Amino acid sequence: MAIAEARRFGFALERASKRYGAVVALNHVDIDFSAGSTTALIGSSGSGKSTVLRLLLGLDYPDEGTVRVDGQPLGPSKVLELRRRVGYVIQEGGLFPHLTLSGNLALLPRYLGWRAQHVQQRAEELAALTHLPLDVLDRYPAELSGGQRQRVALMRALMVDPDALLLDEPLGALDPIVRHELQDELKRIFAQIGKTVIIVTHDLAEAAWFADRLVLMRDGAIVQDGTLQDLLDRPAEPFVTRFVEAQRRLPEVRS
Amino acid sequence: MGRCLMLLVLLLVPVFAQSTPVRIGSKVFTESVILGELAKATAQQAGVDAVHQRELGGTSVLWKALQQGDIDVYSEYTGTITHELLKNVAPDADIPTLRARLQPLGIGITDSLGFNNTYAVGMLADKAAQRHISRLSDLAAHPELRFGFSNEFIDRVDGWPGIRQRYALPQTQVRGLDHALSYRAVASGAVDAIDLYSTDAEIPYYHLRTLDDDRHYFPRYEAVYLYRLALAQSAPQFVTALQKLAGRIDENTMRQMNAKVKLHGMKEDVVVAAFLGIRADTRADKGLAARLLQTSIEHIKLVMLSLGLAVLLAIPLGILAARLKRLGQVVIGLTGILQTVPSLAMFVFMIPVFGIGTWPAIAALFLYSLLPIVRNTHAGLVGIAPELRESAAAMGLPRGVRLRWIELPLATRSILAGIKTAAVINVGTATLAALIGAGGYGQPILTGIRLDNIGLILEGAIPAAILALLAQGVFEGIERWLTPRGLRLQARQ
Repeated sequence: MAIAEARRFGFALERASKRYGAVVALNHVDIDFSAGSTTALIGSSGSGKSTVLRLLLGLDYPDEGTVRVDGQPLGPSKVLELRRRVGYVIQEGGLFPHLTLSGNLALLPRYLGWRAQHVQQRAEELAALTHLPLDVLDRYPAELSGGQRQRVALMRALMVDPDALLLDEPLGALDPIVRHELQDELKRIFAQIGKTVIIVTHDLAEAAWFADRLVLMRDGAIVQDGTLQDLLDRPAEPFVTRFVEAQRRLPEVRS
Repeated sequence: MGRCLMLLVLLLVPVFAQSTPVRIGSKVFTESVILGELAKATAQQAGVDAVHQRELGGTSVLWKALQQGDIDVYSEYTGTITHELLKNVAPDADIPTLRARLQPLGIGITDSLGFNNTYAVGMLADKAAQRHISRLSDLAAHPELRFGFSNEFIDRVDGWPGIRQRYALPQTQVRGLDHALSYRAVASGAVDAIDLYSTDAEIPYYHLRTLDDDRHYFPRYEAVYLYRLALAQSAPQFVTALQKLAGRIDENTMRQMNAKVKLHGMKEDVVVAAFLGIRADTRADKGLAARLLQTSIEHIKLVMLSLGLAVLLAIPLGILAARLKRLGQVVIGLTGILQTVPSLAMFVFMIPVFGIGTWPAIAALFLYSLLPIVRNTHAGLVGIAPELRESAAAMGLPRGVRLRWIELPLATRSILAGIKTAAVINVGTATLAALIGAGGYGQPILTGIRLDNIGLILEGAIPAAILALLAQGVFEGIERWLTPRGLRLQARQ
């Protein structure tokens, strides 16, 4: 257990604020993501949930407050090393169109000096994990379906076996059937790899499917941090109920 | 970059080293080219090796080149020296005065070659004889005469308004004419007198008589040679021979020589040889194929070297501009300003730095090539979708690696399109490089325009157009070859 613990790490924001021009993206946010936990950040667009991920990755720095990774404050000197230990997946996958899938997967390993054989072996392992057919690896992103692209994006994030996985609306652009299928697979993968996972989504059902801990955000602040049950039974403020009820159920149909 | 600079220096050394033959320059009009050939033949007669760099643009190019020692001799007119080259000198200063003023500049001046190429008024010789008109003052007695003057001459204070006042001319029928048409107008009798330059080739051709400026109204434009005083040490026999040409060419002789070249299609060196009573050296005459080969090599060299150097500087500048926003705007602004400098002015600006010939032309073309490449590199890089840029950054790859593996490949198309634009612009602009002695397709075009010879113009214009198309085609091929397949697939969707 102690060994496994050392391979994972947690994140924290302490009184973190971030402003983009006149827009306040985060307003004195305190939040902790413990090692090995799975957390879903939910909220409407512009609530600041993506900004949390950007700060944790050092893609932006807070105007005020501190970002802690593994207990240490995050600064520019450590940021590249941190990013290599964190996998990051975004909505449209962020695959580079000029490279084949293999080329996309090989980018970071190649920089780290892996042998081609090692890269290939790891790609095959991950293809098995994400249920991606091996023969598509020689294709370009433009030749894939949206679902396949997201699988490859996840593979790319996992290539060098990172300690944490940050996902920003990873399934947001997919059609419902593919989305449903990938939700199942992602949940299985999260359980299998046992890493610190933070997933951003605006879909409450999806959030509850992936994580026990839900963090609801609005206007750059955390509204409620708890389980689905907490949100349903003990809403911190009326907005929580409004957000929960805004998720549409199927209309009643007479049978 | 350092290696490039070294290469530049190495390439320049031979240019500076072989300064032994006397270098003669001429402006881009026939009389100047003939006088250039005359100086060259004179040098050779005196046993001095000489080269003639013909059709080097206008006065400013020749004057700068002479002052800097890029050429040793060229022919000039006293009126031009007093009006344009020297400051604070009386417009009618005589040659000894000019000689005293030029000496501190290290430049010598011969005495007048014997003719004055200034504004004049001309009539058909028959008509003038019938009416006993030989001087401008004779016109006052013939108020019925109709004048056809070029528009510039009518407007200039020292043109028609001035002579009308000086000579108290009573004529009222004065029409503005295009100079190219005025000879035909006077020959057909549509007008009785026109303005002209006193050594125009058309004067003998149309049997015109130029009227004496007996009240000395027009400024004197005596033909002289300007030469570097250093020649007195390095080639004294040539300077002596050059000075002996003074007084040997009268207006009529010059007109005849101009006419032989301009109207009868004779070559300048043949005309000069006939004047000197020697045999023309025709060994250097080349056939069309050999001429085309030479101009093509010169032209392609100009384009390739300038473009190559521009790529080396412009791509890093474009990268820098994309990375540092504020600096980027400055860089793009500056290269944009370079683009607005008129081409001829740009070539002339390069003379003080690089002299005349190939290198100033390459420098000017290089500066013109910067903007399209810098701008397209910048646009290609900043145009990369933010999510791709972010994904690259989030991977933990250092900036340099991101640039080489991800950002530059994604910007390939845009960068190549910029290089293509620069190449096509360069092929066209390089035709002007002939004006500063760089040769290329501009050379036959200049000569063709000067001699009104469509064939010669096409000899430069057609290959230039073909080369532009070729450059376009080659770069489109390179673009196809270098653009990653994944990007082409993406573009198709």
